Amino acid sequence: MTSVVSPIPLAAAPARRNTRRRRRATTGWRGLAYIAPAMLLVLIFFILPVCLTVWMSLHNWPLMGVHKWIGLKNYTRLLSDARFLQALNFTAFYTLVVTIAIFAVAFPLALFVEKQRRFVGFYRTIIFLPVVVGLATASLLWAWLSHVESGFFGPFLKMLGLVERSPNFLATFDTAFLVIVVMVVWKIAGFTMIILLTGLQAIPAELDEAARIDGARRFQRFRHLTLPLMRRTIALALIVSITGSILAFDQFYIMTSGGPQNRMISVVYYIFNQSFVSFNLGYGAALSIVLLAILVVISIGQLKLLKIGEDRP
Amino acid sequence: MTITETMTHRPVRPADRSAEKAAAKLRRAARARTGAIAYHTAGAAIVLFFIAPFVIAGLSSFRNATEGQTAPLPPWPRAGFSVDSYRTLDTFGAGIWQHTVNSALVSLSTVVLTVVVSLLAGYGFSRYRFPFKNTLFVLIIATLMIPFQSILTPLFIILAKLGLNNSLFGLTLVYVTLQLPFSVFMMRNAFDAVPKEIEEAARIDGARDLRLLVRVLLPLVLPGAATVAIFAFLNAWNEFLAALVLLSSNEHYTLPVLMMAVRAGRLGAINWGAVQAGVVVMTVPCLFVFLLLQRYYMRGLMAGAVK
Repeated sequence: MTSVVSPIPLAAAPARRNTRRRRRATTGWRGLAYIAPAMLLVLIFFILPVCLTVWMSLHNWPLMGVHKWIGLKNYTRLLSDARFLQALNFTAFYTLVVTIAIFAVAFPLALFVEKQRRFVGFYRTIIFLPVVVGLATASLLWAWLSHVESGFFGPFLKMLGLVERSPNFLATFDTAFLVIVVMVVWKIAGFTMIILLTGLQAIPAELDEAARIDGARRFQRFRHLTLPLMRRTIALALIVSITGSILAFDQFYIMTSGGPQNRMISVVYYIFNQSFVSFNLGYGAALSIVLLAILVVISIGQLKLLKIGEDRP
Repeated sequence: MTITETMTHRPVRPADRSAEKAAAKLRRAARARTGAIAYHTAGAAIVLFFIAPFVIAGLSSFRNATEGQTAPLPPWPRAGFSVDSYRTLDTFGAGIWQHTVNSALVSLSTVVLTVVVSLLAGYGFSRYRFPFKNTLFVLIIATLMIPFQSILTPLFIILAKLGLNNSLFGLTLVYVTLQLPFSVFMMRNAFDAVPKEIEEAARIDGARDLRLLVRVLLPLVLPGAATVAIFAFLNAWNEFLAALVLLSSNEHYTLPVLMMAVRAGRLGAINWGAVQAGVVVMTVPCLFVFLLLQRYYMRGLMAGAVK
């Protein structure tokens, strides 16, 4: 550091610092005033509810009447709650299948719309359309399309002569699960496609060019160039898909009401049932804390995963 | 299939060069044409898959009452255009108009409040220094980690304590809060991108704080605000679970909650015409807003993806 001769007389310096400090103090309060509405909302409608959830989870808390402190009993109860474990199991299975299905569709779609050519903007827009309608709307639409008599799929297969009788898709587990997975892929693939597309387009064209000149085949370039360079984007798309699927509710509630044989109760659905159908609010809160913990762990894993992508691009 | 990429490097004798060249050009053109045909055939199939459900529902909803109960083969009205399905939909709950107004009211209030609150917060975080600034910012963003599905019961209790249970305004406040992490992040970045010199010049001209924000800075961060607004609208319009839990009286239901009554049917019979009409009413505003403001929507998506 070289010391520079100050053009300001030394005697003036303390006074100047003083005014600056005073000004910073006022701007400090101003800044807090600007963020106050946001902080207030987050405090009342997010932080307070999270604390209250923890508090409630330690109580036997019926809808009416007094609540009673029972310590960790709600938590020991959920460990041996067969229906909860089944809900966890089902949610994990659903998450796995749906994530694979979304990627299997979205990755080829991203490659399909990657290059600038005629109609490509149109294709992107159409593929993206289902993303902007609600999951509840989409579930309702597909519940109708899958109906045995008044729907589209069954009667259409029958018209083509592929089946003798229109199948009742939503009545058996396997077919209902299939319909829901296809519906979710239809609804979400456009979103994942766009995320993957940003990753694809971030790969410098020269790299691909260089690999091509070196004689790398298309698949080789995809495997050894595109995929490694997209690690970060893929991780992000994966996380979004996984967290979204773990919180699935609308499609099961609207399309199958958790049926057939209550085998389609997801974790959120089970919490909903415990809290707002059976009114075991304390137990519902304990289940919520478990769900919350699972998602926080995944979010932290996400940050780690994205960091890894940063270190080794 | 998508790209014609393999250029063959073959040694050519100078005498044949021009003829060779012309032939190669023709071959390349032919290959490009078959490539394009294959590409757009696949494109057409993809478009069909993604748009068919909307088209089938849209056309079917205008069939008459008897047709409405039959399979949509073909989906268009054969016995003439009819609004029977919409009339039937109107007999559920407090009437389709009332529920559409509820949904619109909640969505538009969510948009206005989200934009105002995140505009102020984004400005504060971008331009001012205050204690715990980074902690508070991280706190707002960190709420993204916690699923709102896990805090519905306390939300219900807190809203009741505030006298906002079963109220559209209470639901709006919850939706605004859910939008905040993304919106505050967006708006802070928008303000960060505005050069400080503009602000200083305006300050010298005598503009202060709120006036400075509204008159000078707002036009500059308007694209960011548009992004925040479109996400707030779509999320509020489409949200189902919180509305289902927090609204308890019929006349306050938003469209997705109303549709559960339609889905359940009457006396065990579901009126599928009303379902189709309901799907159309819920879908059209989303598609309209998206197609109109696509640019801003995609910007928001990219911002989220890059983050």
